[in-house]
Amino acid sequence: MRIGVFTCHCGENIGKTVDCPAVSKAVADIPGVVHSEDYKYMCSDPGQNLIKQAIKEKNLDAVVVGSCSPHMHEKTFRKACSSVGINPYMVEIANLREHCSWIHDDIPSATQKALDLLRFAIERVKFNEALTPIKVPVTKRALVIGGGISGIQASLDIANSGFEVILVEKEPSIGGHMSQLSETFPTLDCSQCILTPRMVEVYQHPKIKLMSYSEVENVEGFIGNFIVKIRKKARYVKDELCTGCGLCFQKCPIKKVALSEFDEGLTTRPAMYVPFPQAVPNIPVIDKSVCTYFKNGKCQMCKKVCGRDAIDFEQQDTFIEENIGAIIIATGYKLYTIDKKPEGSIYEGYGEYGYGKYRDVINGLQFERIASASGPTSGEILRPSDKTVPKKIVFIQCVGSRDESKGFSYCSKICCMYTAKHAMLYKHKVHGGEAYVFYMDIRAGGKMYEEFVRRAIEEDGVKYIRGRVSRIYEENGKLIVKGEDTIAGLKVEIDADMVVLATAMIAQQEAPKLAQMLGVPYDKHGFLQEVHPKLRPVETSSGGIFLAGACHSPRDIPESVAMASAAAAKALVLFGSDVLEREPVVARVNESTCAGCFYCKKVCAYNAIEVKEIKDRQGNVLKVVAYVNSGLCQGCGTCNATCPSKSVELIGFKDDQIYAQIHAFAEV
Amino acid sequence: MEVKFEPKIVAFVCNWCTYTGADLAGTSRLKQQPNARLIRVPCTGRIDPVFIIKAFENGADGVLVSGCHPGDCHYNAGNFHARRRWIFFKSLLDFVGIDSSRLFFSWVSASEGKKWVDVINNVIDTVREKGPFNAYKKFNRENYKSDAELVSASKEDSKINSE
Repeated sequence: MRIGVFTCHCGENIGKTVDCPAVSKAVADIPGVVHSEDYKYMCSDPGQNLIKQAIKEKNLDAVVVGSCSPHMHEKTFRKACSSVGINPYMVEIANLREHCSWIHDDIPSATQKALDLLRFAIERVKFNEALTPIKVPVTKRALVIGGGISGIQASLDIANSGFEVILVEKEPSIGGHMSQLSETFPTLDCSQCILTPRMVEVYQHPKIKLMSYSEVENVEGFIGNFIVKIRKKARYVKDELCTGCGLCFQKCPIKKVALSEFDEGLTTRPAMYVPFPQAVPNIPVIDKSVCTYFKNGKCQMCKKVCGRDAIDFEQQDTFIEENIGAIIIATGYKLYTIDKKPEGSIYEGYGEYGYGKYRDVINGLQFERIASASGPTSGEILRPSDKTVPKKIVFIQCVGSRDESKGFSYCSKICCMYTAKHAMLYKHKVHGGEAYVFYMDIRAGGKMYEEFVRRAIEEDGVKYIRGRVSRIYEENGKLIVKGEDTIAGLKVEIDADMVVLATAMIAQQEAPKLAQMLGVPYDKHGFLQEVHPKLRPVETSSGGIFLAGACHSPRDIPESVAMASAAAAKALVLFGSDVLEREPVVARVNESTCAGCFYCKKVCAYNAIEVKEIKDRQGNVLKVVAYVNSGLCQGCGTCNATCPSKSVELIGFKDDQIYAQIHAFAEV
Repeated sequence: MEVKFEPKIVAFVCNWCTYTGADLAGTSRLKQQPNARLIRVPCTGRIDPVFIIKAFENGADGVLVSGCHPGDCHYNAGNFHARRRWIFFKSLLDFVGIDSSRLFFSWVSASEGKKWVDVINNVIDTVREKGPFNAYKKFNRENYKSDAELVSASKEDSKINSE
């Protein structure tokens, strides 16, 4: 091998503490090195030309550059070398700046270290091999999981760019939590008025395939090439025949049989229902668990009244497989259950404040329904127990948020704002009513947010009390709220008619399961994890999978929409090319020594190891070996370290390369 | 004049956290002792325990393994695999007669330049106090004149161990 070594002074950055000419001279004697020189700025054009010229003149086949961190200029030097015919992966960088000259003062020892680092790189490059980037084709279709505002926004952005989108929503209708809201802060826009046009747009968009009442069952494959299996749950209504006339659920005799999910349990719904009148698609579902037909085979009222013969009691769940290039997860949030431990949940309930015990203690989403024009009271503020107008109302913030002992360490972010909105809506609707807010801090960062809270306090006269509530109990039909005012240093007791708890936003219960299926990391709260909190906030460590909205962390509508558009943009970047190029740092199996123990398969975090059968000409299986799917492999090398027979190696970080460095250490 | 002992340290660091953290220490000009030589691997999960034995065999007085904090692995779980391996490996080191307190583990993230300096200086100081690791010479066949000498040396070792 003919190696060229190029030592950079980096102006004075390296040259000041490392004697570069001496180092350059010393490495020239190492076997294999046929050329060695130093230069002031190796990354500059003249510096690069120096390298190119030496490659041509001395017929070099490997290059070692002693310069700054490989994270800085590895690409630069690889590019320069490949322009004159050297494979870019035959270039090694010795980090003489960040790891040597900048951190040491003593010239002799820094020079010695620089020499050692160069020697390591030289010994290593001897075992490098020419590699070509892996090319994978891209399926230009996106899957969006979750049909809330984030999923809707992401779907529309991608579809409007001309690419197909499959939008999967587990509920019968898209719209998510935003469709439940009354007005939105800080403009008091009607939530449904701004959302429903978007929902209809999704439904009518020729590029969007909406799959409501469906769930992602399985995901295989890798960036640009996912195969997704979707379960379409049986509605017992043929969606191609249904016109959405609504006769069936109006005539359903099993009324008031279940609590309405859409109204957060404040009202009831029949066995056959659409979640809300503006539902998209406007196709009802039969709740099998409460329908009389499914219980004892009688009734069939819906089938009798349906003019289109769309009711099908025999319908089964169907499975659909789709080829997908990019996936956007927008599964959203739910509210912390505050009365008791929810079934199957890892969280204890908050267990205080009488939620679930007193009917007039409700949570934020329930208040949204009460305040909503489409809600159970048509927007009139009436308390759930006796449908009277509450004269005094208490809002409590941070129920479960910022409270590690009873809930979660994080701030749910939106509660300060929506509590101010609730209090404001209450004051607008109940003239002469008194509204109190117990808070810890007011966090109103956002455009016009702080002004909004000030308006609630100054214009609408909402009374803000800084302090926690210790206890709520019922006495003479009133809810006695005991707390403290930490600013005045006084105990506070309010005889309220209604209490609204701003409970913590938490991750969907199924989020970790979905994350595991997709190979996306999640935090201890079940929120999905981005690659880099500052610079790559919507990408996940699994290539081609992006995050949008509150599945990532608590966030409000504008942030969710912005994140959804960002995720869509990332998917579109992927769709911008026909093939993807990836670093060829992936594992490779030596099939002749592989014993088929599949320890590698067990430790692989990416399901990249597959089982391969080696057959003879007659088709008899001779042996079973591991096979690395290079599209899935991310190149961590855990398999390489695990393999007992050293039959799997990580290209670019092979055992040979690392041992060469370790052996070079003997001369340090 | 007596020459002061300067330990030689090999540090196996992952590309995404500790290597980048050491880069940050560099860009922040945080001074540190020049005794360590870093070997970059993609992930601590890539580190075969044999690497560490080999490093001792090649004259390292101390070895440091450092990667991303648990839960922050760029490859989701590589550092968990590494952590499990070390638990077994440390006891194995003691068993074969390598002082396992010469082997160090730490988690240094890409943003912890200062922590990196503290970790590496601490490793160097600790090993300097321990003195040179001479036992490695036993690993090398070339250090024995004959097979008989090797056998007797190993017999002596087992005697010490059984005591």
